[in-house]
Amino acid sequence: MNFYGYRRPDGRVGVRNMVLILPASVCASDTARIISSQVVGSVTFNNQLGCSQVASDQQYTMDVMAGYAANPNVYGTVVVSLGCENCQMDLVVKAIEERTNKPLKQVIIQEAGGTIKAAEIAVRYAKEMVEEASLLQKEEFPMSELIIGTECGGSDPTSGLAANVLIGELSDRIVAEGGTSILSETTEFIGAEHILASRAATPEVRDRIFEIVHRYEKALQLVGEEVREGNPSPGNKAGGITTLEEKSLGCIHKGGHTPVMEVYDYAKQVEAKKGLVIMDTPGNDPSSVAGMVAGGAQIVVFSTGRGTPTGNPIAPVIKITGNKLTYAKMSDNIDVDASPIIYGGELKKLGDDFLKLTAEVASGRKTKAESLGFTEMAIARVCNFV
Amino acid sequence: MQNAMIIDSRDNVIVAIEPIAKGDTVTWMCDGKENTLAALQDITIYHKIACRDIAKGMPVIKYGEHIGIAVADIKAGEHVHIHNVEGHRENLEAKVK
Repeated sequence: MNFYGYRRPDGRVGVRNMVLILPASVCASDTARIISSQVVGSVTFNNQLGCSQVASDQQYTMDVMAGYAANPNVYGTVVVSLGCENCQMDLVVKAIEERTNKPLKQVIIQEAGGTIKAAEIAVRYAKEMVEEASLLQKEEFPMSELIIGTECGGSDPTSGLAANVLIGELSDRIVAEGGTSILSETTEFIGAEHILASRAATPEVRDRIFEIVHRYEKALQLVGEEVREGNPSPGNKAGGITTLEEKSLGCIHKGGHTPVMEVYDYAKQVEAKKGLVIMDTPGNDPSSVAGMVAGGAQIVVFSTGRGTPTGNPIAPVIKITGNKLTYAKMSDNIDVDASPIIYGGELKKLGDDFLKLTAEVASGRKTKAESLGFTEMAIARVCNFV
Repeated sequence: MQNAMIIDSRDNVIVAIEPIAKGDTVTWMCDGKENTLAALQDITIYHKIACRDIAKGMPVIKYGEHIGIAVADIKAGEHVHIHNVEGHRENLEAKVK
């Protein structure tokens, strides 16, 4: 199966063609918003971090910023910094250039002389980039060029019965096509990590799976907290999920049935054509999705039981539920109804349709989160989400 | 009418796939065979029902795996949820060679 996408100078293939206005810190975020509001074809997000962080925490932020700029859905990036933040412009630019050679411009608010002067410069840069981007013609590419991020949020028992099962079917097919599928959410491996570990391609990958799970639990214990406080969430429980183990055993269905080839740290660059891989991300949806998109995922498939609107600034998010009541209630937000799997539907047929939809979204079909204009996101912290 | 399902034949809980009222017959298929029991409580759709008696302190099994420990004696037909099950951290590394 093929799709129509955009070839980037670094050899990767995008499924969207946007210009990113990248705020290097929280202090540059509103200026970035003002800039992006003036340029149709650009996108930005509210970066709540970028300053006053300890080194390991700042590294997550740097990796997400660099990864967003490098994500092949982005034609080019205008970095906007305040000037005095810890994520200094030269550091951000260096981190981006280590990942990609795509168009890159920079504006420092304190040097330009404030928001309006910085905006004037940055709007011109962004407008030029949007014009250049619009000249690109789409080309046909095999599905093996895709890196799919998988996520579940607002889960209920139908996630493990149907929606994650269908995502797992898609994952198996993407892997069979030669592409990459990312399984994420380390907190939701807890109680199911032995199943993933038994599918590890090498002893090193097996050890890494246990390592990221134990590291996550210990990191929270260091600050006197337990991962079970807050996970499962009140909504998970109202839906019928009782324990974290039960949630995890449903969650890992998103990884399908193929061997786990690699374990990546949060927001690090993921290799294309790698098969099924794991990324160490929090269970918190917007920050987990951000990590995978920074890793290069062009598309995210996202299951929900309770119903959630979450999108992403630069990657289309395909929403899927296994709960027939939620689909009926929130179909403005949800793209795919997987509930027939519970009621005797054929997984192969649903898998065929889902793969076709994924190829259509890769070729430009708007998901519901995109058509509603969602750009919310978060970045993982060292004292992490659960 | 099938109003529940079992995920793995080793499970001691089944999942309601329709709303179930106290006294209703709960019907599910396992290995091609129809099974029934009487619901002892109202069960919200997609919540769990014990399909066997589970003694206090014994593992609750879904997906063929332990999802927690029963903190009370649970009778077949009872609602299984946060009031009678708690999560329990096991050493799972020992399960993988």
